Amino acid sequence: MNAIEVRGLRKSYGALEAVRGLDFEVRSGEVFGLLGPNGAGKTTTVEILEGYRKRDGGEVQVLETDPASAGGAWRERIGVVLQSSAMYETLTVTEMLRLFAGYYSRPRPVDEVVELVGLHEKRDERVRRLSGGQRRRLDLGLALVGDPELIFLDEPTTGFDPRARRQAWETIRGLRGLGKTILLTTHYLDEAEQLADRVAVIAHGQIVASGKPSELTGGTPATEIRYRENGREVVLQTDEPTRVLNDLTGHALAQSREVEGLVVRRPSLEDVYLSLTEEPAE
Amino acid sequence: MRLFRHELKGELLLYLRSRELAFFTFLLPMILFVLLGSAYGSDTIDGYDGATFLEAGMIGYGAISVAFAGLAIVLVIRRESGVLKRLRATPLPAPAYVLALLLSYLAAFAVEVVAIVLLGKILFGVDVPTRVPSLVLALLLGVVAFCAMGIGVAGLIRSAEGASAAVNAIYLPMSFISGSFFSPHSFPGVLRAIADVLPLTYFIKLVRAIMLQGDEIWTQGTNVAVVAAWGVVGLVVALRAFRWEPHEG
Repeated sequence: MNAIEVRGLRKSYGALEAVRGLDFEVRSGEVFGLLGPNGAGKTTTVEILEGYRKRDGGEVQVLETDPASAGGAWRERIGVVLQSSAMYETLTVTEMLRLFAGYYSRPRPVDEVVELVGLHEKRDERVRRLSGGQRRRLDLGLALVGDPELIFLDEPTTGFDPRARRQAWETIRGLRGLGKTILLTTHYLDEAEQLADRVAVIAHGQIVASGKPSELTGGTPATEIRYRENGREVVLQTDEPTRVLNDLTGHALAQSREVEGLVVRRPSLEDVYLSLTEEPAE
Repeated sequence: MRLFRHELKGELLLYLRSRELAFFTFLLPMILFVLLGSAYGSDTIDGYDGATFLEAGMIGYGAISVAFAGLAIVLVIRRESGVLKRLRATPLPAPAYVLALLLSYLAAFAVEVVAIVLLGKILFGVDVPTRVPSLVLALLLGVVAFCAMGIGVAGLIRSAEGASAAVNAIYLPMSFISGSFFSPHSFPGVLRAIADVLPLTYFIKLVRAIMLQGDEIWTQGTNVAVVAAWGVVGLVVALRAFRWEPHEG
C-alpha cells in the first residue's frame, strides 16, 4: 500500500513553473528521500502534500486523502517538521510538547517523546535557551507527539554538527523501526544514502532519477580508478573495474613493483546527483 | 470544545510568560493611572472629579492597549516566526484557536479593569462603578471591537521587527487624541476633528457616560454604533488580510 501517491503534479508561481509534472509514490513504512538542489521544487512539493499549498494540476493522495481538502482527522495522522523551527520561546520543552500533545486525540506520552528525541536533560529548559540542534530535536518531538503514521521531514539536519546529525539519524531510524512512513527532503547525499529506502532526485521541477540509493549508484557513472605513474596521476573511468584492475595489477606484479597511490572508488550518490542535476552549459 | 479549553489554558500560560508584552500593554495603563492620578486626580475635569474622569479614560486606554496593541503584536510575531504555520499542520481547528486567543486577551483585560478600579478606590477614593451590567456590556463591546481591529492591523503588517513600531504609532497617538489622559476639550480643532472619527474616542465617551453620568448603555446609541462599526471594519480587514504563513524573505 502507498502512503503517498503523486501523479502529474504541477505548480507555478506566476510565470515560474516550480513543479512540472511529478510522479512518485511513497510506500507505507518506508523512508523516502526527496533530493535536489535549492529551488528544485522540493519544498513546494512537500508543502502541497502537507496541505499548505494548492496544486495547479495533477493527482495527489496522502493517506488516501486529497490534502487540499483534508481536515482534522487527517491531520491527526501526519506529523510535520518544517524547514524553519518555530516555537513559543517562553515555554519549557515539556510545556511545549504538552501543549501540542493536547491537539491530538491519541498522543504519545510526553515523557516518551522527550526520551525519543534525547532532550531529557533539557526538559525543563525554556525553548529560547536551547541550542540550534536541540531546537531541531524539539521540532521533531512536536511532529511525533501526535503519534502520526506519516512524518514529513523538510531538511531536518541542516546546520547540525556531525555528532548531532548522527544522533538525528539514529532517531529517524528508530522511527522507521516503529513502522512510521517518512518523507525526507535533504540536500545531504550521505543523509539520503544512510536513511532512505528509496530516493527521487528532483531538478528544475522534474524527477530526473529514482530508485534505491544502491540502484542509483550501481549504474553510470563508471567506477573510478586512480593511480600514479612516473609522478603523473592517471584517472580511469570504467564499467569493467574487475578486468581493468586485474590488467593493471597484473602488469605491476610482473614487473615486481607497487601501483603507486592506487584508489578505487565506486560512484557515490553525490556523483550521481551532481551528474543528474548539472546545470546545462551556457 | 476540549481543544478550545486546552488551547485557552495554553494561551493564558503564554500570556503570563510574555514579560515585555505584559509590561507595555498590561502594566503601563495602571502605572499611567497612578502617575496622572497623583498629578491631577484631585482637579476637576469637565465638571467631574479628576480621578474618576481619569479612571474611565484609563479603562479605555487599557482596552486598546491589551486588546488592540497586545494582540496585534503577538499575532504578527507568531505569524512571522512560523508558529501559526506550524499550528495549521495540527488538528487544532482555526476557530478554536482564534477564540481561545481572543478569550485570553479578554481575560487579561478583565483583570486590568478590576485592577484599575481597585487602584482608583484605594489611592484616589474613586467610587466603584454602579452601573455594572451596562459597564460590562460596554467593555465587552470595546474589547471585542479592538481585538477585531488588532487582528486586522496584524494582517497589514509585514514583518515582526516592524510590528511594535507600527502598532505603537497607531495606538499611542490615538490614546492621546481620543482623550484617555486628558479632556479632549482643550485640544485644537484639527485634533478634535481627527478624534471625531477614532473608535477610542467613542469608546471612552461611552465608558465615561456610564461611569460618570450613571447612564445605561442603551441610551448611548451613537457611541455604541461607532465602536461596533469600527469593530466590523476590523473584522472585514482581518478576514481579507489574515494569513497563517510568514512573508517570505
